[in-house]
Amino acid sequence: MARAKKNSAKTGRRHPLATAALLAVGLLVTGAAYAGFSQTAATAEVDLTSPEVIEAGQKLFAANCATCHGMNAEGTENDGPTLIGVGAASVHFQVGTGRMPLAFTGPQGMVKPVQFTEEQTLQMAAYVASLAPGPGLPETQYLQGEGDVARGGELFRINCAMCHNVAGAGGALTQGKWAPSLSGVEATHIYNAMVTGPQNMPVFSDANITPEQKSDIITYLKYIDEKPSIGGFSLGSLGPVAEGLFIWVIGLGAVVALTVWVTSKSN
Amino acid sequence: MAEEAKNSSGGSAAVVADGHGVETASVGTAVLSSDAVQNPGLPPHRKRVTDLDPKKEKNAERGVYGLFYLSIVGSLGAVLAYMFFPIESGDASEIRLHTIFVGSGMALALLAIGIGAVHWGKALMYDGESIDLRHPVASDEPTREASAEVFKVADQESGFSRRTLVRNSLFGALIAFPLPGITLLRGLAPQDIDPVEVLRHTMWDKGIRLARDNGGHKVGEAIRAADVTIGSVFHVVPENLGQAKDVLNEKAKAVVLLIRLDEKDLKETPEKESWSYNGIVAYSKVCTHVGCPVALNEQHTHHLLCPCHQSQFDVSDEAKVVFGPAKRPLPQLPITVDDEGYLIAQSDFNEPVGPSYWERLK
Repeated sequence: MARAKKNSAKTGRRHPLATAALLAVGLLVTGAAYAGFSQTAATAEVDLTSPEVIEAGQKLFAANCATCHGMNAEGTENDGPTLIGVGAASVHFQVGTGRMPLAFTGPQGMVKPVQFTEEQTLQMAAYVASLAPGPGLPETQYLQGEGDVARGGELFRINCAMCHNVAGAGGALTQGKWAPSLSGVEATHIYNAMVTGPQNMPVFSDANITPEQKSDIITYLKYIDEKPSIGGFSLGSLGPVAEGLFIWVIGLGAVVALTVWVTSKSN
Repeated sequence: MAEEAKNSSGGSAAVVADGHGVETASVGTAVLSSDAVQNPGLPPHRKRVTDLDPKKEKNAERGVYGLFYLSIVGSLGAVLAYMFFPIESGDASEIRLHTIFVGSGMALALLAIGIGAVHWGKALMYDGESIDLRHPVASDEPTREASAEVFKVADQESGFSRRTLVRNSLFGALIAFPLPGITLLRGLAPQDIDPVEVLRHTMWDKGIRLARDNGGHKVGEAIRAADVTIGSVFHVVPENLGQAKDVLNEKAKAVVLLIRLDEKDLKETPEKESWSYNGIVAYSKVCTHVGCPVALNEQHTHHLLCPCHQSQFDVSDEAKVVFGPAKRPLPQLPITVDDEGYLIAQSDFNEPVGPSYWERLK
């Protein structure tokens, strides 16, 4: 060993671990750079009322949204509804989750990789909000997840669970539509969805569920995202369907395998 | 009785004689004896590896006692898990760890005993084929005649066949005695009240405000018409629900889904035109199929979906059934507003809510 080490030092050959070390350094650097970059993008401060921002938003709108929603967001006959009065919250939800621009028309818009930076999304939101008053972006105090978990859970079960499942795992609706899973969804998007009722979701205005109650619901959703599953495997929290499939395939499979083994002749 | 026994024994004699009958049977239906499945006999005895190879036998032995030792490890493990993963702080994750480790220990203990025992039996215990011949199960002739005699004597002494009136009245009594049990079922229905009336009426009445459902027994604030924006959905109970004697039962009948649509989308027959207010409609949340809560509302299609059996109702068209097993539209609650702008009911539902029952009017 010692001789081999000496030799490598003399000949100037790379240490066997050098490649691994280089890889680790490279990953660390790119990772840190990416984290820094994405953080700056997420915390972009945009004044939604400034004329420059609105103008920038209008340009983005004309380039990306006007084909379906019309040059002045008035909507077109078959392709897109009017956006006058939908408010900044709606734009932030639809564009911020990648649902808009729509890749293709179907039962409902799909969550896709986001196509615009947070800043561009906010610029478009500012433009749409400047057309007519509509639901605005939520105040950050409601998005921290510091509300009452128990009350949030109760509100969730009364108002949301019938479509999104008690554990927020999502569920099927009619004719190819579905209520998406709420796990890992950003607090802003949850709030905006309640206020604007995107796609086939009903609207839960502040008169129906107050901002404090919305904060409670967000707290509950964060809580079920983070808490461990007490029963062990949650099987996606989907309820009887997933559990039934599991026990029929895995449980009954094990019983069959054991039966075959018990009754087979020893070799 | 004795004759029947004789007949059945004669029958079995005929079965035994079948082999001779075949040759005289008509062509076409006859089964040629040469076609009959030959008795393959027992396959030659195949020795197990544990019989042939003492090393393998030793291995199998080790496997078996290894499994039994593993079982002991599992049992002790479960005891240790009970000590090291206690449920003390009330933290949910503790319950999880406790359950997983104690359960795995117990499962290992039991499963290893079972697998070890089967393995022992299959690989090490005596392995020889033997035949246990099947014998006729019937008793011999004198025993059967004696028992038939017992019945005959019992019938004569009791007069069971002779005293037909006594016997038939006994049958009558036996038929009648379960009837009180059936009548007791009536006691499960509400007492002193006509169950049909109870099912037909809910707590809604003229002037009762529509309040938010806050879960369980709780009633939220009353809802103002101005607060209901287009596309909104409210889960509603009567404001006076708390005064009911049996809150949850009353709630189960009275729950309502309040939805506001664009008035352009709303289709209403003339007699129901006054039942909505500014595009706000209220429908019973109890499915007309088997009574599940229907609350999966789609804003764009105005469809309500019942999660139990996929019945769909069109909210914009008087909750008409558009798909699924439900037979009738959801009953609509006629609403209006009071002087203070709160939504109130005009009356109770005009028809019974929920699934059909025996004396439902429509």
